[in-house]
Amino acid sequence: MKAFAELLGRLVLTPQRNAKIRLLTDYFRSSPDPSRGYALAAIAGTLSLNTVKPALIRDLLLERMDEVLFHYSYDYVGDLAETVSLAWEPPEGTVPVDVPLGEVVERLQRAGRSEVRSLVRDMLDRLDTAGRFAFLKLVTGGLRIGVSARLAKQALADLGGKDIGEIETLWHGLSPPYLPLFLWLSGEAEMPVLTTPAVFHSVMLATPIGEGDLEGLDPADFAAEWKWDGIRVQLANIGGVRRLYSRSGDEISGAFPEIVEAAGIAGVIDGELLVGGTTRTNRSTATFGDLQQRLNRKTVNRKLLDDYPAFIRGYDILFTGERDMRPEPFHARREALAALIDAASPHHFDLSPLVPFSTWEELDRLRSDPPDPVIEGIMLKRLDSPYLAGRMKGPWFKWKRAPFNIDAVLMYAQRGHGKRSSYYSDFTFGVWTEAEGGTTLVPVGKAYFGFTDAELEILDRFVRDNTVERFGPVRAVRAEPDAGFVVEVAFEGLNRSTRHKSGVAMRFPRIARLRQDKLPREADRLETLQAMIGMKG
Amino acid sequence: MRMKPDSLLYPAPRGLYCAKGDFYIDPVQPVERALITHGHADHARAGHGRVLATRETLDIMRIRYGEGFCGESQVASLGETMAINGVRVSFHPAGHVLGSAQISVEAGGKRIVVSGDYKRRSDPTCRPFEPVPCDVFITEATFGLPVFHHPDDRLETARLLASLKQFPERAHVVGAYALGKAQRVIALLRQHGYDEPIHIHGALAKLCEYYQAEGIDLGDIQSATLAGEKRPDFAGGIVIGPPSAFADRWARRFAEPVAVFASGWMLIRQRAKQRGVELPLVISDHCDWAELTGTIREIAPAEVWVTHGREEALVRWCELEGIPARPLHLVGYDDEGE
Repeated sequence: MKAFAELLGRLVLTPQRNAKIRLLTDYFRSSPDPSRGYALAAIAGTLSLNTVKPALIRDLLLERMDEVLFHYSYDYVGDLAETVSLAWEPPEGTVPVDVPLGEVVERLQRAGRSEVRSLVRDMLDRLDTAGRFAFLKLVTGGLRIGVSARLAKQALADLGGKDIGEIETLWHGLSPPYLPLFLWLSGEAEMPVLTTPAVFHSVMLATPIGEGDLEGLDPADFAAEWKWDGIRVQLANIGGVRRLYSRSGDEISGAFPEIVEAAGIAGVIDGELLVGGTTRTNRSTATFGDLQQRLNRKTVNRKLLDDYPAFIRGYDILFTGERDMRPEPFHARREALAALIDAASPHHFDLSPLVPFSTWEELDRLRSDPPDPVIEGIMLKRLDSPYLAGRMKGPWFKWKRAPFNIDAVLMYAQRGHGKRSSYYSDFTFGVWTEAEGGTTLVPVGKAYFGFTDAELEILDRFVRDNTVERFGPVRAVRAEPDAGFVVEVAFEGLNRSTRHKSGVAMRFPRIARLRQDKLPREADRLETLQAMIGMKG
Repeated sequence: MRMKPDSLLYPAPRGLYCAKGDFYIDPVQPVERALITHGHADHARAGHGRVLATRETLDIMRIRYGEGFCGESQVASLGETMAINGVRVSFHPAGHVLGSAQISVEAGGKRIVVSGDYKRRSDPTCRPFEPVPCDVFITEATFGLPVFHHPDDRLETARLLASLKQFPERAHVVGAYALGKAQRVIALLRQHGYDEPIHIHGALAKLCEYYQAEGIDLGDIQSATLAGEKRPDFAGGIVIGPPSAFADRWARRFAEPVAVFASGWMLIRQRAKQRGVELPLVISDHCDWAELTGTIREIAPAEVWVTHGREEALVRWCELEGIPARPLHLVGYDDEGE
């Protein structure tokens, strides 16, 4: 448990992807079975345990602690598991021991409902502070360490010198504590043979069209499709096992049961998950804002299913039944996909239509004025290209609609992480609005990229020289009509928001340009943004 | 709670005041006569008329503020009793930083011990705390909540060394307060057998030199502020500087720095997160909860007064234990600076 607790502690505070992978790889290499397999499961979200309610751990602490002191402590720390792990005092004379994670998990899995309370108390007595914290996060079911399943798999791939694709192929056929997987990765056994075949496959990604990219390309070599504004998914039904994955390989079947249920087609398809109606039912596609109601949920209730019905708009196909379609050219795959979708539920599947065009100019006009508000651009796919994992330049391009742009005033800045930890590189910006007492700035978003290193130097210097107030790590900077810093912010869309004071939330904002040529009074007003809500760029 | 001004010591606007002796302890503004517990800037300020403190504390004040830091200085020898206007005064080790002392003030058969900042665990850079029997014990409460249980320093040092091994291509930049913490971290690393050169920020140089001159072995210390075209990026090395320096442009020279911070506050994850710390080391120069309550039990004073920090929780604990206690509400002490 010590090693696992230390790993969690480091992962939470480590922002760099590569450093996270190193921490994971080193842990997997140095920890024994079955602990490392359960750790993997806990991180990848495949560990099932009887969870414990927060009230129980609070009660356990209050068995030993004055309630007033508990409240002072909890108010100060702000996190219950952390408060309990820190304030817990084992009985006099108890020496903390390192209970292996494997033993902890197996005891929890064996314990009956009535035994849980005393088991948790006993574990808290035996573990040290960091161990208690990890244990409590595990049993209350919320690790929240900023590591996706995909990242954990990358660490496994690095551990064994394998390709992540091989790990993905195996992943859903294995279960905690993943003994055969680790045997294979450490070179002590052959690659495990699965009884249920393979599931998630790395998706094919497009590169953005850049200046001059189209000049040397012949429109006749490409097919164009709309780029829909939902989330990219992969749906697999192989050997009767049905799974829905996000584009990063995280399983999201639980959040979209209607899709999984309707997935009567055998094979693996690639598409956009959207809500609303399919073209086959002649109903309109709903916006990304509506889709968000369904995202980041483990389960879903009846009302959400009725109000925001989900469907998949098919883009491509990887397998038909057991047959690997990936080496086939795009047009052949598209035929197979069309046939498959034709046979599937019209409420849950439709085919992303092709956009006929003959010149790039014509396509550019179509791109600027698409027929549906849920379109965010054009995809270009070489007709002869196979389906290739990852992002490479050439076979697929994305050509997005121009993003929205506004001029906003810098209001707050915060230091970045890692390489940027000595720079003020996270910026909150605002626009003007009328409030009681006159015109004031209201924050409308936050951005931490888009600028060049040289521009960052300029922004950083401005923040340091113009700080008017500090709130912990945050600095408020000078922002008055005639003194301050204007930045051009680009973003993909605007949603209504009840969480933000301004009432709007930007999607994917970034700082497009520094506008030192402008005074803050020339920046945009909130009304301009409000008029953009629901519009597509 | 208000104390009667005729008591031996009471909080006045400029600090804790002894009317009978006409002196202040750790005053926050310039006064005629000040007794100083230790050299941290919020306790030891420049500009007093006369200052009584341990030789080391006076040296530290001189290093920080220059020769003219006060009108007249007088050395207090540990354990030796002096009389100031009929008040018996003595200094005793507090275990906080080099030169730190508790101050015992006695008159009319009543003894009050002002502990200043103190800690109970061993520290290779200063003398250990000595409990002094008294009627009133004035304790700090920087970490006065039951959540604060500082781990063994050696485990924390080992975590730093483990990370150094794990990320040999990155510079480990350790934020540590310039007086006391920085030297203690270095001494702990040396105790752990780490004998590579340790690089320090310029703000630490004079104090580290002073510690070395006082016979505290810090090993090979080198400046991290090297000029020139081909300055090193300290990959795989340890660099120590005041916490503020890491938020500064100074930190940009290092190879993919791992942000480390040595402080008792690092026990709270959110604190580490807010500051962008990647490797928090819980190394504190103050008592944790068990040490605070253990010290009060050990000294068994008739009454406890609690100053800067989380007074309310420690007062509550005293109430539960049946020990009369009250918060002092002194202002001007930086309980965050650790």
